[in-house]
Amino acid sequence: MELDLTLRLSRSLHVLNEAKSMAAKTLYDKLWDAHLVKQRDDGSALIYIDRQLLHEVTSPQAFEGLRLAGRQPWRIDANLATPDHNVPTTSNERMAGIEGIVDTVSRIQVQTLDDNCREFGVQEFRMNDRRQGIVHVVGPEQGATLPGMTVVCGDSHTSTHGAFGALAHGIGTSEVEHVLTTQCLVTKKMQNMLVRVDGQLGDGVTAKDVVLAIIGEIGTAGGNGCAIEFGGDAIRSLSMEGRMTLCNMAIEAGARAGMVAVDEQTIEYVKGRPYAPKKDDWDKAVEAWQDLVSDEEAEFDRVVVLQGDKIIPQVTWGTSPEMVGPVDGIVPDPAKIKDETQSISTSRALEYMGLQAGQKITDIKLDRVFIGSCTNSRIEDLRAAANVVKGRKVSSSIKQALVVPGSGLIKEQAEREGLDKIFTDAGFEWREPGCSMCLAMNADKLGAGEHCASTSNRNFEGRQGFGGRTHLVSPAMAAAAAIKGHFVDVRELNREMN
Amino acid sequence: MKKFTQLNGIVAPLDRANVDTDMIIPKQFLKSIKRSGFGPNLFDELRYLDEGQPDQDCSGRPLNPEFVLNKSRYQGASILLARQNFGCGSSREHAPWALEDYGFRCVIAPGFADIFYNNCFKNGILPISLLDDDVDQLFNEVASLEGYQLAIDLDREVIVKPDGEEIAFSIDAFRRHCLINGLDDIGLTLEDESLIRSYEQKHIKKNPWLFGAIK
Repeated sequence: MELDLTLRLSRSLHVLNEAKSMAAKTLYDKLWDAHLVKQRDDGSALIYIDRQLLHEVTSPQAFEGLRLAGRQPWRIDANLATPDHNVPTTSNERMAGIEGIVDTVSRIQVQTLDDNCREFGVQEFRMNDRRQGIVHVVGPEQGATLPGMTVVCGDSHTSTHGAFGALAHGIGTSEVEHVLTTQCLVTKKMQNMLVRVDGQLGDGVTAKDVVLAIIGEIGTAGGNGCAIEFGGDAIRSLSMEGRMTLCNMAIEAGARAGMVAVDEQTIEYVKGRPYAPKKDDWDKAVEAWQDLVSDEEAEFDRVVVLQGDKIIPQVTWGTSPEMVGPVDGIVPDPAKIKDETQSISTSRALEYMGLQAGQKITDIKLDRVFIGSCTNSRIEDLRAAANVVKGRKVSSSIKQALVVPGSGLIKEQAEREGLDKIFTDAGFEWREPGCSMCLAMNADKLGAGEHCASTSNRNFEGRQGFGGRTHLVSPAMAAAAAIKGHFVDVRELNREMN
Repeated sequence: MKKFTQLNGIVAPLDRANVDTDMIIPKQFLKSIKRSGFGPNLFDELRYLDEGQPDQDCSGRPLNPEFVLNKSRYQGASILLARQNFGCGSSREHAPWALEDYGFRCVIAPGFADIFYNNCFKNGILPISLLDDDVDQLFNEVASLEGYQLAIDLDREVIVKPDGEEIAFSIDAFRRHCLINGLDDIGLTLEDESLIRSYEQKHIKKNPWLFGAIK
């Protein structure tokens, strides 16, 4: 009797699963199904990983784990490594190679990545290789990130790669070791969330403003447990660079993975990149990639809709990316916030940031400006900033304005276009590629109490240096702030220019 | 990995929402190539009044007397009571390494960021999600009784309060099994090696361009 019931149950489950697989799927469902190796009874699953990107901070303990257990990587050609988090960005320090890294602890970590990659045979773009750069810039640039892939990296901003219609997310170091050894990840299917941005963005409004506005709307825990697909006309109109910026910050909304469906732009971007498929494979791949969109009938567990034409340039005023508002707004008053926890967080943030409730955002004075990071260090970002800076000077009240390209190749391209000259003429420093002041693991950091207009992704306490005060903005807004010494609506500055 | 079955311990309350992993362990300590030794720098910027450096002896550093872990009543705590979205931000596994190295084996909160939640299980730390009201109640009880302890029973999935009242919680069966037995994920996955190989063969046939491009 009992056996009979179990059989019937398992049969009906089978039918149910089959019915589901016939049903319309989201992009995330498709990527999940295509990589599912084993579904366990308790909801956890083994999924196959196509690409693992490695950097010096979260990999040493993983390689050490392999060595201790006497294990070998499952598939060497699935991995690509580059040091980024704590490489120096001044050319003097870079010229001397690893030996020249002044900070001993950083030097050991960069050296350890080289040693591990050599020992296990992993392809690495070393510190002074022109292909070196921020891992999330390098992957797509090399065609190591492709549509339809599963991509992991021991870094939360791995969500960036979802811009290519890939399933990409950050993992911890134990998982880095797990993927190195088994080519699989133990995980659980997330919920499907659609964030749709309708209409078109106005001039001077960028992907960064869109994603900050989204986080302001849903909060930093808004996407917890979800994979977010970004859709709608405003998203479709974004360049691949813009889509990467958007997906990069999905994690700041709590979603491990963000993604955008594949279209002509995606394919155009990938074509001809060093690791992209060639010849017959290219045609087959392009055909397969056409399916990397959510079916029209697909259902999402959650849907959030924003109007693109209502979004204006954004500036964060607090210590969490959700503490954000439009540049023409004011710093909120904690006394007017009903939710007690939120009110306490807000007043704590204002105290840390040294801001007053009711203060105009445009009255916030800056000490430093940072243009770079895996969020905004691609050629389009540098062009947008240079466009604002051209023919102007960094305000004398700014102690330092940095531009740190995302990779050696981007740096070269920018130099071919003369962007470096525009920046240095204006008083910016033009640096070597790396994560730099986004997280201040190298020498580029804020002093206590200093305000920074930063194109990075996190404004947490101490993120850019002990006691430092970070304001997240787009590259154009950061450039405008550098010129004026305080925040300004870049659209007004543009009008002034014309 | 250390097994987790039962835990009786002092509870330390960290009354702050959205505690990010930068706060749990600041970036300068991520330069270590080891998995251990992060405990003295757990919550470094909240805990000390000066800026911490890697490889520094922390015993002589000025402590922030206001910070909860510096209060004598919470010394020896092994359970951290926290607020919404604990562990958000960076994926650094150094965060659970630091918590574990300090002596925490369990974190109770209304909700956790996904990557941090995952990382806990790889390091013998049990993250427990409870309803907001239950967490509020625990914060009140911890504040009103010095030396407040909880008993965590992972096998039965209950928290037992000092007065014997129980709060049920739930953990995925697989994760619970691994934690209770101190099992290494990799060994378990490799039991499915032939399954992975056969998946891989089909995957290559369908998507040959995903293989061999990087040499």
